[in-house]
Order: sequence, then C-alpha cells, then structure tokens
Amino acid sequence: MPRGKIELENYVESLSILDAEGNVDSSLEPKLEPQELRKILRAMLLARRYDERMLKLQRQGRIGTYGPALGQEAASLGPAYVLSKNDWLVPSFREPAAMLYRGWPMERLILWWGGNEIGARTPDGVRDTPICVPVASQCLYGAGIAWGCKLRHDGTVAVCFVGDGGTSEGDFHEAMNVAGAFNLPLVCIIQNNQWAISLPRKKQSAATTLAQKAISYGFNGMQVDGNDILAMITAAGEAVDRARRGGGPTIIEAVTYRLGVHTTADDPKKYRTEEEVEQWKCRDPLSRFYKYLKKRGVLDDKARDVMEEEIGAEITAAVENAEKYEPDILEPFHHCFETMPNYLEAQLGEFRAYLDAASGGEGGASGQDNPALYRQVH
Amino acid sequence: MAQLTMAKALNLAMREAMAEDPTVLILGQDVGQDEGVFRITEGLLKEFGPDRVVDFPVAESAIAGVSVGLCMAGFKPIAEMQFSGFGYHAFHQIENHASRFRNRTRGRFTCPMVVRMPYGAGIRAIEHHSESREAIWAHLPGLKVVIPSGPRNARALLRASIFDPDPVMFYEPKACYRAFKEEVPEQPETMEIGKAQVVRAGSDVTIISYGASMRPVLEAADELMEEYQIDAELIDLLSLVPLDTEAITASVKKTGRCVVVHEAPRNCGPAAEIIARIVENALMYLEAPVQRVTGYDLVMPFFNLERAYLPDSTKVITAVKEVVNF
Ligand SMILES: Cc1ncc(C[n+]2csc(CCOP(=O)(O)OP(=O)(O)O)c2C)c(N)n1
Ligand SMILES: [Mg+2]
Repeated sequence: MPRGKIELENYVESLSILDAEGNVDSSLEPKLEPQELRKILRAMLLARRYDERMLKLQRQGRIGTYGPALGQEAASLGPAYVLSKNDWLVPSFREPAAMLYRGWPMERLILWWGGNEIGARTPDGVRDTPICVPVASQCLYGAGIAWGCKLRHDGTVAVCFVGDGGTSEGDFHEAMNVAGAFNLPLVCIIQNNQWAISLPRKKQSAATTLAQKAISYGFNGMQVDGNDILAMITAAGEAVDRARRGGGPTIIEAVTYRLGVHTTADDPKKYRTEEEVEQWKCRDPLSRFYKYLKKRGVLDDKARDVMEEEIGAEITAAVENAEKYEPDILEPFHHCFETMPNYLEAQLGEFRAYLDAASGGEGGASGQDNPALYRQVH
Repeated sequence: MAQLTMAKALNLAMREAMAEDPTVLILGQDVGQDEGVFRITEGLLKEFGPDRVVDFPVAESAIAGVSVGLCMAGFKPIAEMQFSGFGYHAFHQIENHASRFRNRTRGRFTCPMVVRMPYGAGIRAIEHHSESREAIWAHLPGLKVVIPSGPRNARALLRASIFDPDPVMFYEPKACYRAFKEEVPEQPETMEIGKAQVVRAGSDVTIISYGASMRPVLEAADELMEEYQIDAELIDLLSLVPLDTEAITASVKKTGRCVVVHEAPRNCGPAAEIIARIVENALMYLEAPVQRVTGYDLVMPFFNLERAYLPDSTKVITAVKEVVNF
C-alpha cells in the first residue's frame, strides 16, 4: 500500500454565536421566544446567586467545603435546557445551573454540600443522577443509562458532564469508546474550565482541542464557546436530536472558565494570575447574555431587578428549609441493603446502645460527657 | 434431574433467569459469539440475541460502570469479568458506585447487578489468572460476596444473586467448572444468600471452608475418619457477605475445635474474620486454638509450583490433627 493521508469520516466543528459584547451572529441565532429567553436568564442568574450564597454559607460554617461553578452557568444550563423531562442528565459536580433547571429543589443541593445523603437523592419525577465526586466515573454510568435508553427504543437520551481534567481519566475513555462502539444516545459535555485544580488545560493533554477526542471514538465533536448560552443551546440541541434519532453520541467541549476557587479549600493564587481571571471576567456568560437581551428589548434593568429580588427570596427560603432538615442518625444502617442482614442488625444494636449511653439514656452518662453527640441524638 | 458440571449449571441459571425476566442481560468480553472463554454463556447469544448477550470491548471498568447505569435505567445486568485477576480495573466503579448508590440516594437508585468472575488456581493458567482475592470485595460495605462450591449450589446461588436487589460479587471457582458433575433439579432452584450449609455433620472438629477448597476439605474429612477416626463437621460457607455467623457458632460450640481453610492469602483473609466471630461468640467453648490452612502471604506462583501452594488434604489433615490433639 502506498503512503498517503487517511481521510477520517468524523470531524470537529467550532461554534460561537454571541460575542462578549452581546452582539449576535444573526445567521446562527436560535429562534427563542422572549419568555424563553427570560427563563434562560433567570436560570443562569439563579445558579450564580446560589453559588455566591453557598460561598457565604461555607464561610459561616453552615455547609462544608463548597465547589462553586461561577462562570460556568451557560455551559451547564444549555444542555439541560434542550432535554425533555424523560431524558437523563448525568452531572459531575459543577452543574448546579443544570440541576436546578431540571427540577432539583435547591435545598437538596444545599443539603448535599451540608453533608447529608438526602442531597444525593434524586427527587421523584426527576431522572437525573446526583452530584458525582469521583472524576469522570459518571461518564460510565451515563453510558449505561444511554444504553438503557437505546434498549427501550423510547427516544430518550442521556447527557453526561465531565471536566477538562476528567478527560484524562480511563473512565472517560472507556465511556466514550463504548458510546461510539454501540452507537449510544449519549451526549458528553466537557466543561473545559481551563483548570483541574492547579493543572492547566495545556498540561492535561497535548490535544489541540478536547472535542477532537470524539474522532478517535468514531463520532463528531464540537468545540463551543461555553460562555455563550445561545451556542451551547444550539450545539446541545443538535447533538441531542441526533442521538434521539439513532445518530449516536457527540462530544461537546464547552470552552469556559472557572472564575472562582476550585473549592473553598483551594487558593488559586498559588497557580494562576489575577490577569488571567480578569480577562475571562470580560467574557462572563451572564453579562453577555444580558446585554443581548437588552439589545433585543426582552428585558430591562427594572425587570432584572425584580428577577434578582425573587431569586434572593427563593434562595433564602431554600437555605431556611435546608437548615430545618434533621438527619436520622440511624438511617445509614437502613440503606446499605434492601433488607438489613443480621450482622448489621447486631451493629445497629451496638450503635443504639452507644447512643443511649452517650445521651444519658438507660444507665448512661449525661449529655455533658459528649455534648456534640448529645445534640445529634436529641 | 440431570447430571451437570458447574459450567453447565451456571449456564442453566442464566438461561432460566433471562427467559423469565426480560430485564436480565449479560455483558462481558467474548460472552456472545465465543460463548465465554470458559463457555459459561454457551448458547445464550443464540437464544436471547445481541441486545441481551453483549460482546463488550476489553474494558472492565466500563463493564461495571455501564452495568451501574443499566441498573438505574431498570435492567438487571450480569457483568462478567473474564478472570478475577482483571476485575481490579472494575474496582473503582464497584466501590464508588455499585456498592453505594442505594445508600447515597436513600434508595432512589439501586444496583441489582451481579459481577461474575472465575477465581483461583488449579488449572495451570498463565500469570495473573490464578488469584483468590475475595477478601478485597468482602471488605466493601454494600456488596454481597457469594462463592459456590458445586454445580447444584452454583445454579441456585447464581439465580438468587441475579434476582437479589443489591450488587453481588459472584466468585466462581474455575477449578470446579468441569471437575465433577452433580444432580441438578429440573425446576429452577434458589438458595438464600448468607446461609452456610453443614455438608457433613460431625462431632470432633469443625472445618470451615468455601469454593474450590471444599474439595480438599471433603477428601481430608474422609481420610480423617478412615485413618484417624476423627469425625469432622464440614461447613460450606457459600457466601462471605453475609457470613453465616450462626452456623459457624453453632458448630464450633458443638465440636469445640475448628480449622478454617481457604486458598486466599492469610493476612486479613476471610479466615481472620471467621475466627474473630468464633472468638466473639464461642470463645468459652474452644478446646484448642483455631487453625488456618490458607494460601501463603505471597504472590501466587506460576503454575508449575501452584499445586504445592494450594490448601490440600494433607495440609488440612495436619491442621486438624493438631487441633484435635491439642
Ligand atoms: C478520580 C478522582 N481523582 C481525583 C479527585 C480529586 N479531584 C477533585 S476535582 C479534581 C480536578 C478535576 O478537574 P476537572 O475535571 O477539570 O473538573 P473541574 O474541577 O475543573 O470542574 C480532582 C483532581 C477526584 N474527585 N476523583
Ligand atoms: Mg477543569
């Protein structure tokens, strides 16, 4: 065989619709009614204000470590916006905008970060999987869910999220490979926020784009301006439609930026410059979209102020509800297996005896011995 | 009733479950067209088609992780790891997801899946194909660990595992796949997971084992009776999680002496847990320290040496005599 260049069937495209000043490329502009546009803005704003409040709650010691998604609202909302109720959303941990939009009560997310499993319990009627901590591992059950969609022939699809760092994990590779090999209705959104804690995107992979990884798995990729909600909606919408029609998977690389800390346990000053952050602030997905809406006459400052007020009240109510939650200290024993085996019954007995003693119950000491535990039991 | 090998009995259990329940499916390497490298899935592709018997890419983490996703979508996957020595790739998905989805979602998502894998030595296989690492899985909360020892209990336990609402690690002693046949009933049969069997009643000493090691234990028991008039009671655990503490305790209280036998290495091995339970529940009944006959705390030797490194009847007899003559 002579030497030659192999032409590959698959390709990567790029897409951007709205520039940083809110100017739109009208040839690409999706047709969205004003009420839809307002809904989208509200969802992004809600996620932004939620993050900001969570950071405050963390500082006040009212939740645990928090990982905000500041600046990534468009990248996660766009794909959620194009899904229907029966589709599946498989988040990582930087998709509050998507999860809130899909119907997760905010208090549940607050409870997750506040250290309660109930925050990982997908609400009834919502099909999403909960926040996933082990990087990229969600891509595999996302592929499994997509497989289930395919076996049921019901036209449903799954969208999974992963970070730029996550693309280096074996699970990402295995999931994309399987998605391609079995032509699964899976859309994978890579939230390329330029950083994986302290590792910059350039050191994560020598690939020019992360979207191009799709080619090696036998499908198409798209590198999208992830701070452009119109581009995200367009790209995800097309990919989801294709998957629904049996056209197989797509990788969408959403080029975005983590404006905040990795988590509240992290100090980004150790590895990145203020200038870099400032540059990206100019490309903020929210202000850009808001400018566009103002230009289109969909919304004005007054209407936005009203929206802000509603959102503030909604968040306050969610925090109040979350803080009313009382975890059942014995519950972990009841959810290990469907039926509690003998050995856990015995350990539960041991634990109860300990709690009784610690809380000044039968033959036990008074709460003064262990005030923290006393509070938990009572 | 039919005389079946364990290989055929496992195959039968899967065929029965798949015929009954359309959500049961099989994922694994070479399980379809090739019918499995040990032919455990023989005929299943033909009978149930490629949507339900899936020839999977060589990716164990994906086999496990995709199975977790299929569970959420309402299926009951049987995931096959070609050899337990390669199941480690799947460890992360099993530990971080399969074992904990029920708990972390407070029951909204569960993982009614089975991960089958052949384990153990004795078939002169190449490197990495002969380990017994069941203790690793037994350590993980949220998983059951089931290990059959013969055709009949293999079929019944695999059925129980497939229909169990929680994830089950199903360790198949590959040395037993075709070593012997047993009567297996016509009708589907099931067994409760977590119940040990007293396979032979005795009065002098309790020998506790499971899986492939039951063969040398049975041989040893015969010889102990014939040569030394030692009447051993044999317990086949059949499951490490849940571990049948009641059966163990009742037997040791009766005999006062005990030897635990397994192929897995000794340190933190199943015997350690079994003996701890004996100490907790029957210490005052013991007439002698409990002995362990196990693999050494070594990497399994290549197959030219493997025989000597496995528990055999000689090792069991030596240990039993020590315990009885203490
Ligand atoms: C498997 C795994 N390894 C390591 C970690 C610790 N960790 C949490 S987030 C993170 C970086 C992830 O980077 P990326 O995928 O880009 O997501 P981002 O945090 O930027 O959203 C690491 C290393 C983890 N959670 N899971
Ligand atoms: Mg990142």
